[in-house]
Parts: sequence; structure tokens; C-alpha cells
Amino acid sequence: MTSATPTAAPLLELKGVSKCFARHSDWVDRAARVLEGVLATETIHAVDGVDLMILEREVVGLVGESGCGKSTLGRIAAGLLSPSAGMRLWRGAQLVETSQGVARAQQLKMQMIFQDPHASLNPRQRVVDIVGEAPVVHKMVKRRNQVEYVALQLNRVGLDPALMRRFPHQFSGGQRARIGIARALAVKPEFLVCDESVAALDVSIRAQVLNLFMDLRSALNLTYLFISHDLGVVRHVSDRVVVMYLGRIVESGPTDEIFAAPNHPYTQALLKEIGSVEPKKRRYVPIRGEIPSPLSPPSGCHFHPRCVHAMPRCREAAPRLAEIAPGRWSACYLNQAA
Amino acid sequence: MSETLLAIDGLCTHFSTREGVVRAVQDLSLRVGSGEVVGLVGESGSGKSMTAYSIMGLVDPPGRVIAGRISFEGRDLCALSAEEMRQLRGNRIAMVFQDPMMTLNPVMRIDAQMIEAIRAHDKISRGSARERARDALARVGIASPDERLRAYPHEFSGGMRQRVAIAIALLNRPSLIIADEPTTALDVTVQGQILFEMQKLSRETGAALIWITHDLSVIAGLADRICVMYAGRIVEEGTTADVLEAPRHPYTRGLFDSLPGNAPPRQRLRQLSGMTPSPLELPSGCAFRLRCKSADHACEQDPPMRQGGGPGQRARCFHPLLAVSTSDELQ
Ligand SMILES: Nc1ncnc2c1ncn2[C@@H]1O[C@H](COP(=O)(O)OP(=O)(O)OP(=O)(O)O)[C@@H](O)[C@H]1O
Ligand SMILES: Nc1ncnc2c1ncn2[C@@H]1O[C@H](COP(=O)(O)OP(=O)(O)OP(=O)(O)O)[C@@H](O)[C@H]1O
Ligand code: SF4
Ligand code: SF4
Ligand SMILES: [Mg+2]
Ligand SMILES: [Mg+2]
Repeated sequence: MTSATPTAAPLLELKGVSKCFARHSDWVDRAARVLEGVLATETIHAVDGVDLMILEREVVGLVGESGCGKSTLGRIAAGLLSPSAGMRLWRGAQLVETSQGVARAQQLKMQMIFQDPHASLNPRQRVVDIVGEAPVVHKMVKRRNQVEYVALQLNRVGLDPALMRRFPHQFSGGQRARIGIARALAVKPEFLVCDESVAALDVSIRAQVLNLFMDLRSALNLTYLFISHDLGVVRHVSDRVVVMYLGRIVESGPTDEIFAAPNHPYTQALLKEIGSVEPKKRRYVPIRGEIPSPLSPPSGCHFHPRCVHAMPRCREAAPRLAEIAPGRWSACYLNQAA
Repeated sequence: MSETLLAIDGLCTHFSTREGVVRAVQDLSLRVGSGEVVGLVGESGSGKSMTAYSIMGLVDPPGRVIAGRISFEGRDLCALSAEEMRQLRGNRIAMVFQDPMMTLNPVMRIDAQMIEAIRAHDKISRGSARERARDALARVGIASPDERLRAYPHEFSGGMRQRVAIAIALLNRPSLIIADEPTTALDVTVQGQILFEMQKLSRETGAALIWITHDLSVIAGLADRICVMYAGRIVEEGTTADVLEAPRHPYTRGLFDSLPGNAPPRQRLRQLSGMTPSPLELPSGCAFRLRCKSADHACEQDPPMRQGGGPGQRARCFHPLLAVSTSDELQ
């Protein structure tokens, strides 16, 4: 297994991408807000000015606290959600919706495995169609070979092909997650966004699926954006890690370097808490300090209320994401001589 | 062990499908004491969720509990009427479902759902119910809880939905919480917050916890005891330390070997050999036999649960592993 060479061409590039969700509050809502004395705005800056380049055959791990915008960024990267601002380039060319046909063929090359398999599987479709319909429609497989093709796809993710006539609700949670994985892989994508795709899998099946991902990367030149809260898994599969905090990228760099010496105080805090499988009854501790809200993000560096190194300037303006060593980027004033 | 809160004996939950009978849970016995945390681990499809559903009385046709006794606080759950069971759920026993949308109603605001859940069991004013809902959200680490109360489920991130479902389960201070993969999408800090709240509840009210998960690091830090399921049965149980450090069942051992930490980065992970057996055609005798390195002709018979290893450690295996510490051997 070789990693992406430094000379590899960019496959997908996001430039200054943002996504806001505004709440259209009705008058009942507004009245209630006045009564409750709630003043915060109702706009969520889920993704805020993100630049991200993913090279061909690269596996980029995306980590960060729950609610920081990983899935939103993943959906934008996969072309399933249009950003409020910013550009998306595919192999150096800006992606625009041209004619329907082109867009659809384009879209097929980018697949996303959703965090919530339940919501993304049509409950009235049988597995044989959930997995096999798109390849048939797009003429990758002849209709009469659909069953055989689906059987192959199911086998790869450790599902019994005998169950392909079942509906999604007749499967266990982890089995459903694998149906989602099989569906995404069945159309032979070039770029795959995996959103917590192995979270619902037990360790042995997770190993099988991760091995499959890695095999496909060599066999089909697949490129991945790999979203996971599981730092052990991210460390295992990714070439590069990108760390998000409240909508922004705060650090990125080669996996081994980040795990060996994280630069950003948030990354340091995150890595410090990696769980171990040593059986020792732990006393868990609550989150210290105020939990930051994307509804009213802290000024300046979003991390300042929880940062042990916070300085006055951290409250005033957000630090730029700057290259601190070849290939390593971090957004923290500690890297800039005062 | 403390006083028994939940006792399950010989539980069998089967699905009759067109393709045949699925024995989702087979002859399962389990005891949970008050204040105790039991970790339930096992392969995908091994019957963990169906065990939980059986306790909750939520198995839908074509599934059916065909045998066994489930007693909770001394009452036989299988003998309760639908209405009595409804009263128990969300009050004395709460479940955090694997899919948070099992708990959440997509077309209702979170505040309405939470207030309803509180007032179904506790006749307090809407205002105080709202306050309790707000605090519950804050406790699971949701920022701006006042604004978030007015949002719909689709406006939350995946991990936030999970946390809302956990908050709802904790609302009425149940004495047993069954949590099915409750933190699969949560980062370590937020997870720490949830586990802190769980431990606090357990300490303060003596609530017991059945924690279903694949995340062995959570189990290692949280559970008193671990039960390992394979193909509908418990194949090993014991204290957390015994099961993690000196597993007796070959399947348990295989689980640890597949952990990413036990292989060099970007190399293939060790996986258990062979396929998960089809739930429709389990091999006769030990269901693990076609994947097991120690299998011999004895394994064509049903292995009984046998004592061995640490105190209370039991494994369903004819040739249990010797006590070599996993950590030694995996160096
Ligand atoms: N409605 C159904 N019809 C037929 N079989 C079912 C149905 N629901 C579940 N099953 C089967 O019952 C078995 C046990 O399922 P269960 O949901 O308990 O697994 P699990 O251990 O929770 O797995 P996971 O970790 O993947 O969630 C599985 O083989 C599943 O396919
Ligand atoms: N459709 C939507 N409407 C309103 N707000 C949304 C919507 N989708 C996401 N958000 C908000 O955007 C923020 C980022 O959500 P996102 O799902 O990207 O987080 P995440 O990093 O994937 O979190 P998790 O790890 O919990 O899945 C959250 O505050 C969420 O509430
Ligand atoms: S910029 Fe300031 S507050 Fe932000 S991480 Fe660096 S030191 Fe901490
Ligand atoms: S009973 Fe036999 S086949 Fe089953 S786990 Fe033990 S040694 Fe392996
Ligand atoms: Mg997400
Ligand atoms: Mg389950």
C-alpha cells in the first residue's frame, strides 16, 4: 500500500467554501423569542471559509467535535449541497451544472456514504434494487446480470446475498450501514466521502470494510474524504488529517506528523483524550468551560474560550490558516511571533 | 453483586421470514444488578438490538419472543399488558435507540417532543417541563440549548441528534437505561461529557446501564461486566478486566486482534477469517465453528456455557483459550 505521491494532481478543490443555514422563523417563534429574552441570531455558519485540496488517490481524514460542520463540508465536497459561497473545482475545472446528463455522469463519480444509513435508504426498495439499480440505469451492468452483480457487492461488505430481497428495516444497524457502503461502491466512484461509515460496525467487520476501502484505493485509484470521530481509524487509513473547529479548518497535515506533534491547541486537546482499551474504570469529566455554539460563535479564534494559551488578540480577529512547515498548516497566533 | 434489577432467562426471539426462521436471540440469560454497567458487544447482526427490543417489549411481527422470562424489579415483563408496558417505557426503563430517529419525530420541534415525554409521566407545568428539557440538552453538551429547543431534528448534526435522544432517555430518571450504540458518532470530548452524565445518574439514583457498543475503549472505561454475543447467543461473559485481558472464547479474541491499533498504519488489518454465518443457516453445534482455529469434531455439538478464568467468567466453548494476556501477545 503506497500513499499518494506528492506529485499527484488535485482531484477536488474547495476554495473559500461557506455554508449558512438560516432559520425562517415565523411570528410565533419571534414572539416566543422576545418573551424568553433570546437574542442570538438564528443563522448557523456550519462551514466558514474553508479551503481544501484533495489529491488523486489521497485519503484525507476529517475530524472535529460533533456539530463542527464535517457532514456539511462532506456533502458540499460530494456535490450534494451547494455552498452559500466559494468555488468547487474537479480536476482543476470549476464545477458548474451544465446539461442534466453531464451533471449526472459527473455526480456518479462522486459518492457519499451517509452518516445516517437509515434515512438514506429508501424503505420501500429491496436491497437488490437499492444497490443494483444505479449500475443498471447507467449501463455499467446489464439488467439480467443485476442479481449476480449485487451478490458480488454484498459479499464484499460481508453481507449474505441470500438476503437481497429484504427491505432495509429487516436488517440490523450495522448491516444497514453496509448496504449504504455497497450502494456507493457499486457505481465505481472515483471520489468517495465516507461519513462515519464504519462507526456502526463491530471491529472485525470494520476491519474487513477498511481493508476493502484500502484495496479499492489501489485497484481503482479511489480518493477518499474520510470523516470519523474515531481517531484510531483515522490514523490508520488517512495520509493527511484535517481538523475542524466550529466551521473552520484549524489544522491540517500528514497524519503521522499530526499524531506525533499536533500544533493547534485544539488538536492537542483532541488527541490527548484518545481512548484506550485498557480495562480501567474511568471517572469521566464534563466538558470544561462553555460549549461553543455555532449560533453565536466566539469572536476571533473560535477556540479562545477553551484555550489555555488564549491571549487578548485571540479574541479580536481569527488567526489565518498558515503553513508552519512543509505541508503543515495551522491557524493559531502562537505560530506567529508577536 | 448488588440487588438484581433485571433477570433474563432463556430468552428466544425469532423472526419467521420468507427465507426461513431467523433466530435473532437464542437461549439468552443475563442478570443486571442496580447500579451495574453491563457492556454488550458482538458482531453486527449478532442480536444485540433484538435483545434490547425484547426487554422493551418492542419486537415487531414477524418477530416474536417465543420463549424465556424477563423480570424487572420483580415483575414479569412478558405478563404485562401493552398499557402497563407503555407506562414502564420512558419512565422506569429507557432506551436510547441505535437510530436516533426511532426516538425523534421528524415533524415536531424538539421542545414539543421533550415536554411531551416529561409530561407523559410527570404532571408538571409546561414551563417547568421546558426548563427540565433545556437542562437536559445542556447536560449532553448541546450549546445554545434555548435556541436549539426550537429546532427540528433535521437541523441538528448526526451526533447532536444522538445526544438529544440520550437527553430524552435521561429525562425521567429511569432505573434501567439500555443504550444501543449511543455514541457511535461522538468525538472523545463530547462522549466524555455523556459518560460523565451517565455515571452521575448511576451514582445518584442507582440506575443500571446496558451499554451496547463496538467501541471497546468506551466499554473498557465504563462497564463493570462484559457480555459477548455471537449469532444470537452470549458466548462469553465476565468482569471487564477478565474479558478484555484474558478472553476465553476464540471469537472474543478475534475481536481484539482486528483493532486498528494492532496493525501498522495504512496496512491491512487482521480480520476474522471466513464470513459471518447467515442467520438463516447457522452451522450445527458451535455457530463459530467454521471460522474457529481451535474447532474439532467435538464442536459439532452445542457447547455449554462453562465456568473458567476469572470469577464469574464463563465461555460457551469446548476448547477455551488459556489465559494469555492479550496485551502481552499483541506487542
Ligand atoms: N424485521 C426483521 N426481519 C428479519 N430479520 C431481522 C429483522 N430485524 C432484524 N433481523 C435479523 O436479526 C438479527 C439480529 O439483529 P440485531 O438488530 O439484533 O443485530 P445487532 O447485534 O444489533 O447488530 P448491529 O450491531 O449491526 O446493530 C440480524 O441477523 C438481523 O438481520
Ligand atoms: N439542514 C440544516 N438546517 C439547519 N442547521 C443545520 C442543518 N444541517 C446542519 N446544520 C447545523 O450545522 C452545524 C454543522 O452540522 P454538521 O452536520 O455538518 O456537523 P458534524 O460535524 O457532521 O457533526 P456530527 O459529528 O455530530 O455529525 C450544526 O450546528 C447543525 O445544527
Ligand atoms: S489563536 Fe489563541 S485562542 Fe486560538 S488556539 Fe491559538 S492561542 Fe488558542
Ligand atoms: S466450541 Fe469449538 S468451534 Fe466453538 S469456539 Fe470453541 S473451539 Fe471454536
Ligand atoms: Mg456529521
Ligand atoms: Mg443493533
